[in-house]
Amino acid sequence: MSNTMRGQVAIAGVGETAYYKRGEAPESEFKLALDAIIAACTDAGIAPQDVDGFASYSNDRSDPSHLSAALGCKELRFANMQWGGGGGGASAAVANAAAAIHAGIADTVVVFRALAQGQFGRFGQGLRRNTIAGDFAHTIPYGVMSPAQMFAMKVVRFMHDHGVAQAALRAISLACYHHAQANPRAIMYGRPLDEQSYDDSRWIVKPFHLYDCCLENDGAAAMILVSAQRAKDMPNKPCYVLGAVAGSQYRAGASVHNTPDYASSSFKTLAPRLYDMARVQPKDIDVLQSYENFTGGVLMSIVEHGFCEPDACNEFFVKENFISPTGGLPLNTSGGNLAECYMHGLGLNLEAVRQIRGESTSQVKGADVSMVISGPMVTPVSSCIFGSEATL
Amino acid sequence: MNNNNYYLNPGLPQPVATPLDEPYWAGLRNDQLLVQRCNQCNTWQWGPECICHQCHSSDLTFTATPTQGIVYSYERVWHPVQPALLEQLKNEGAYLVVLVELPQAGNIRMLGNLLGDPHQQVDIGARVEGVYEHHEDAEPVYSLLQWQLK
Ligand SMILES: [Zn+2]
Repeated sequence: MSNTMRGQVAIAGVGETAYYKRGEAPESEFKLALDAIIAACTDAGIAPQDVDGFASYSNDRSDPSHLSAALGCKELRFANMQWGGGGGGASAAVANAAAAIHAGIADTVVVFRALAQGQFGRFGQGLRRNTIAGDFAHTIPYGVMSPAQMFAMKVVRFMHDHGVAQAALRAISLACYHHAQANPRAIMYGRPLDEQSYDDSRWIVKPFHLYDCCLENDGAAAMILVSAQRAKDMPNKPCYVLGAVAGSQYRAGASVHNTPDYASSSFKTLAPRLYDMARVQPKDIDVLQSYENFTGGVLMSIVEHGFCEPDACNEFFVKENFISPTGGLPLNTSGGNLAECYMHGLGLNLEAVRQIRGESTSQVKGADVSMVISGPMVTPVSSCIFGSEATL
Repeated sequence: MNNNNYYLNPGLPQPVATPLDEPYWAGLRNDQLLVQRCNQCNTWQWGPECICHQCHSSDLTFTATPTQGIVYSYERVWHPVQPALLEQLKNEGAYLVVLVELPQAGNIRMLGNLLGDPHQQVDIGARVEGVYEHHEDAEPVYSLLQWQLK
């Protein structure tokens, strides 16, 4: 792959609001979005008026024209929405923003996501209506309606095919909660989790215990992307986009669970493209943030990104391996969607930037290459790799 | 089983046909499983689409196929996300969903409930057969396709 955007764009600033329990944000969703964007601009040392592009995903309700007007931006040059639900678009929004800058479409692009579920209703809830038509008419009448219920059968089949034990899922959850204990921003800060509490927790949908499922939260997160050249003269240590890709495999979107490669997180076709663009290999990744809608999605994501053979999960997925700074693959070092906050995964991208800047609350020493995997099992999904100046 | 002899308690959203899947729902009413097959290249497909994903022909027929399947995956649901299932899950603990592959229809997959004890062992690869569940008291009436171990 030549002439890619590798190293051409950098994250110059990150920002977020306080993270709230679902429905408890004191402000509107739109105000949360503005607060996160202003915080990211402050961090980057730029005026919000200079933002000229916006990229988001999952049908974010804060639209760029409205944001641009509210911030008094001089000009709007890029207004981008990645199609698809869930958190599959978080790294895709980074890819889209970076591509726009690399192509000369815009100069200062904010990637953002804002959620206020008290204002707009929940994800993990069944439909409250009397009739259903279309694809969902073939699933909901059988009691398959929440995200946990829609994804569990992929994980059951994967665990069956590869003899994966429940303890592999538990290791992911324990690592997230472990890292949240060092992160004052985390919803689960001060609420540690041990093996016994995990094992004793109720089943949501087998193989997902309560602690295998993400939180649902209110808040907003944002990051500012600019050209690598501009980033060099800005206050923060630049965090370069080495690669960012989105998509899914053949007929991932086939309806009623008819995707041919079913027991998958949808990353098999993306991962080789990502490593090609970033010109790194799995062994070069110093720290990983992997989106947990459910731990089973992390399991398959890590396998499909080449960190572990599918038949070796029981040996690889142990808590110690995922703990910063000593583990072989420090994972979700902010606490992630399970224990920091569920900001539709964008918090994971912010944490990946902090690792490159050396500012994580569970810092991997000298982290130069930092990866994010976004939204397993939906379609499209996305992933990205950030690097320090040493990687250019 | 509840007193209505439906696997899941009443109160979930009930299916309504669209022009795309109307023959399927009509088939279930008559104890028949009708799924899409392409008349040009014989590809089976499910869920229903407006063209064949293989050859792009619009010449598709809802074709009868036996309800003989193999469990491709399954899940045991414990946590109610719908008020209609609160009481059932309180009493029975869980319900079972199976994803069934149909070898006689190009290995398309159908989703349904596995009848019987919600705590029974389920084996991927097990052979199952379809059971039509007619909701005669619904307005309008409709039928679902459930599965039981052979
Ligand atoms: Zn065809």
